[in-house]
Amino acid sequence: MAAAAEKLTRRDFVSGQDVRWCPGCGDYSILANVQRVMPELGVPRENIVFISGIGCSSRFPYYMNTYGFHTIHGRAPAFATGAKVANPDLSMWIVTGDGDGLSIGGNHLLHVIRRNLDCQILLFNNRVYGLTKGQYSPTSERGMRTKSSPQGAIDHPIDPISFALGCGATFVARGIDVDAPHMQDVLRRAHAHKGTSFIEILQNCPVFNDGAWGELEDRKTRAETALVLEHGKPLVYGSPGRMKGIVLDQGVPSIIELADADDPVERGVVVHDETHETTSYAYALATLKRPEFPMPVGIIRQVEKPTYESMLEDQVEEAIQKRGPGDLEALLNSGDTWQVS
Amino acid sequence: MSADAKEILQLDDVAIRFAGDSGDGMQLTGTKFTDETALAGNDLSTYPDFPAEIRAPAGTMAGVSGYQIHFSSHDIHTPADRVDLLIAFNPAALRANVDDMRSQGMVIINSDAFTSKAMARAGYDEDPRPGLGDRYKLVEVPLTTLNREALQGLSLTQREIDRCKNFFALGLLCWLYSRPMEATERWLSTKFSGDVLEANLRTLKAGFAFGETTELFPAHYVVPSAKIEAGTYRNITGNTALAWGIVAAGVQMNRPVYLGAYPITPASDVLHEVARHRNFGVKTFQAEDEIAAASSTIGAAFAGHLAVTISSGPGFILKQEALGLAVMVELPLVVINVQRSGPATGSPTKTEQGDLLAALYGRHSQSPLPVLAPSTPSDCFSTVLEAFRIAVRFMTPVVVLSEGYLANSAEPWKIPDVSELERSEIVFAKAEDAATFEPYRRDPDILARPWAIPGTPGLEHRIGGLTKEDVTGNVVYGPENHQRMVDLRAEKIARIADEIPAIAVEGPDSGPLLVVGWGGTLGSITAAVEAARAAGHTVSQIHLRHLNPLPADLGDVLGRFERVLCPELNEGQLAMMLRSRYLLNVRSFSKITGQPFKVWEIRERIEAILKEEP
Repeated sequence: MAAAAEKLTRRDFVSGQDVRWCPGCGDYSILANVQRVMPELGVPRENIVFISGIGCSSRFPYYMNTYGFHTIHGRAPAFATGAKVANPDLSMWIVTGDGDGLSIGGNHLLHVIRRNLDCQILLFNNRVYGLTKGQYSPTSERGMRTKSSPQGAIDHPIDPISFALGCGATFVARGIDVDAPHMQDVLRRAHAHKGTSFIEILQNCPVFNDGAWGELEDRKTRAETALVLEHGKPLVYGSPGRMKGIVLDQGVPSIIELADADDPVERGVVVHDETHETTSYAYALATLKRPEFPMPVGIIRQVEKPTYESMLEDQVEEAIQKRGPGDLEALLNSGDTWQVS
Repeated sequence: MSADAKEILQLDDVAIRFAGDSGDGMQLTGTKFTDETALAGNDLSTYPDFPAEIRAPAGTMAGVSGYQIHFSSHDIHTPADRVDLLIAFNPAALRANVDDMRSQGMVIINSDAFTSKAMARAGYDEDPRPGLGDRYKLVEVPLTTLNREALQGLSLTQREIDRCKNFFALGLLCWLYSRPMEATERWLSTKFSGDVLEANLRTLKAGFAFGETTELFPAHYVVPSAKIEAGTYRNITGNTALAWGIVAAGVQMNRPVYLGAYPITPASDVLHEVARHRNFGVKTFQAEDEIAAASSTIGAAFAGHLAVTISSGPGFILKQEALGLAVMVELPLVVINVQRSGPATGSPTKTEQGDLLAALYGRHSQSPLPVLAPSTPSDCFSTVLEAFRIAVRFMTPVVVLSEGYLANSAEPWKIPDVSELERSEIVFAKAEDAATFEPYRRDPDILARPWAIPGTPGLEHRIGGLTKEDVTGNVVYGPENHQRMVDLRAEKIARIADEIPAIAVEGPDSGPLLVVGWGGTLGSITAAVEAARAAGHTVSQIHLRHLNPLPADLGDVLGRFERVLCPELNEGQLAMMLRSRYLLNVRSFSKITGQPFKVWEIRERIEAILKEEP
């Protein structure tokens, strides 16, 4: 089967449905990257499932020529849990947004992550409600003026990465919609991870929140504003002559300037390690925000834990081992029975 | 022997009630007495009635837990309107239950518990005992003291010893009604060991011996076994029957079962019971909430499992949006609602039939789905099996409306022969048919769409909540297509009626009065109809399992009677449906007290209606 899958190309993953996002939407780029990565995964196409909730991002499954299920608002993780438990061989992809995943669906996102269901969660974060035409979302910055917040939003925003870490996520990453090679790399890593892989994708909404991630979207400013994480490499960013690094003092991050000749590690710059058992380092990375800090992109954390569906399968197997396969006749006749003749 | 000196009287029909604090073990005592009664060959019906609080303050009315069992040498249908014997463990239990006693019935009280403080806690201004003697046979037994005496010398704490007194009472009642105790002894030895086992066995026997020797009971009773159809029997509650129906569906349809649920009274026991049987390949998932329970179930159905979710009223309502999606994507699943009193949290442990209209019409827009209702505890088993068959055959969610009363009540069940249960193989869409596959291409006869599950090469397709194009399932918003799909979904459900058996009228096929019921009221209605007939009235009866679609011949049957009476534990929901559907003057008899119908209530209504103009 894997051999057959290898012959597939990006085009094999394009469904016949017309894509109906607004011109310039970051979702187009994400879709193209996902379709490009699919053939490389070695998974038979019939075993790939995309499940979404409601919102612009959640139209995604209609455009993938795989099995797909566009469900109800916020609940995609629950649908995915049932499907994955029923068939652990499926390669399960959940597509959600900042409203779908963190507002109406916050509870399900929490629980799918803590259970460590083997799946990939792509959370498109454009910091606004698009499909309902422009209300502030749970990741919108305080003060954002929208039709439903004419005087400015007074909610404190939630940070998706910190949320995922708080749920005990075993794989946490961040990508940028227009940074194709980087995102493809993150997608491959997410698929390879056994367990819940949570990816926040910074996504532009050109209609309702254009430029929300402007400096990171723009190639000219990305080097100064994005901190590209690589396992085993120091946390450095910037361009030649203007390099900087992140140091941690008692867990609190700060920036130091680096000369081109400096060895960052000798200067005390932190060496990135995805595999810390404790989440404190990952949390420190999650606190790095614009404009004071660069935004980390790449894999923030990757640790191993047993997956939900494998433990459930094990329990079923254990029950069969201990008690033998179910015998309906014996079950119905168990306990106290009596004969009437 | 002194026992031989005592008179043995024969009774045909007895109802007894155990009542005490919710920590006194009344439900357990009642259950064990029920098992013994079943082994004695009586027909029986039980009614546990307990508070929602796990441990309400001891000795208060709020904390009283009761267990009623009606057993007989003939066929019976209900737990009985009136109690012949009440055993009250404290003053509150007496006060909460004594009004349900038959006049001159026997009241056994634990006299040790009738301290002035305890009587005040129960709300008695003065000692109630002197006044009881006129109306009832009052028997005062110092249960606490006798139990302590029986358990002297065991290395248990006073508290542990006092917890055993329910088994002293059980032993006493076993003597009083000539019940065998072997089943209880067996159960105790599997449950306990050491001094705790010894204590329970000893006090059980001490209670029996006390009955034999005490002067308090001049006679004891025997209730001959009932004439019941030959076969192997067991007791079963509605919740256990639901759980076993779920397990059995997987076996009979040769497909793994997935149960997604969130704990809720009184449905949780179904989850507990199914979770014990994972060796059947059953997967149980305790979800984070009701919505996730329903959603994950639809996900499992999408992936090809026999999927079921269970809940009770408030949780069922939370599932409705997901159910609407299941209607739209036409996936098979079973949704069980063990109805309870509402609205809101209501009385979680009390029964009601209030969710019929919610099941039928509780989703937004036009969202038809089949609705079935079991009528007795054991009927829950076959109702679940039928629900799965309909779900898979017609590719639709199916709602099963059980009730709190059925959930916890027990009755003898003739265990079905597994080889005679219907078997059906599920037919999935196949990879070979990929060239012609369309997700919404329907079977021309029953209009079901194919079940094409992930993992099948060549059938990759997308489903979802957006309006579907006929045949292709693509997203479209055209007006004609929308109308067609609404009509097709409705027609598909309507055609299920073609496979519902013709109605069997109990009694004359036409006449002055037909009583129509559904769900757990079957026992009360049947007993009331039988009583009315015995009094010389002409009454017929039908009981509906299929609430949607209704049986095809229902309109004809209703039309043949001068009057139609519809008793329901709600404010007339089925009556409203029947009136609007058949334009008939269906008379509603509604009751919402959290309790089942009394037989006399329905019988009185039958007799009153027969006096009215048709």
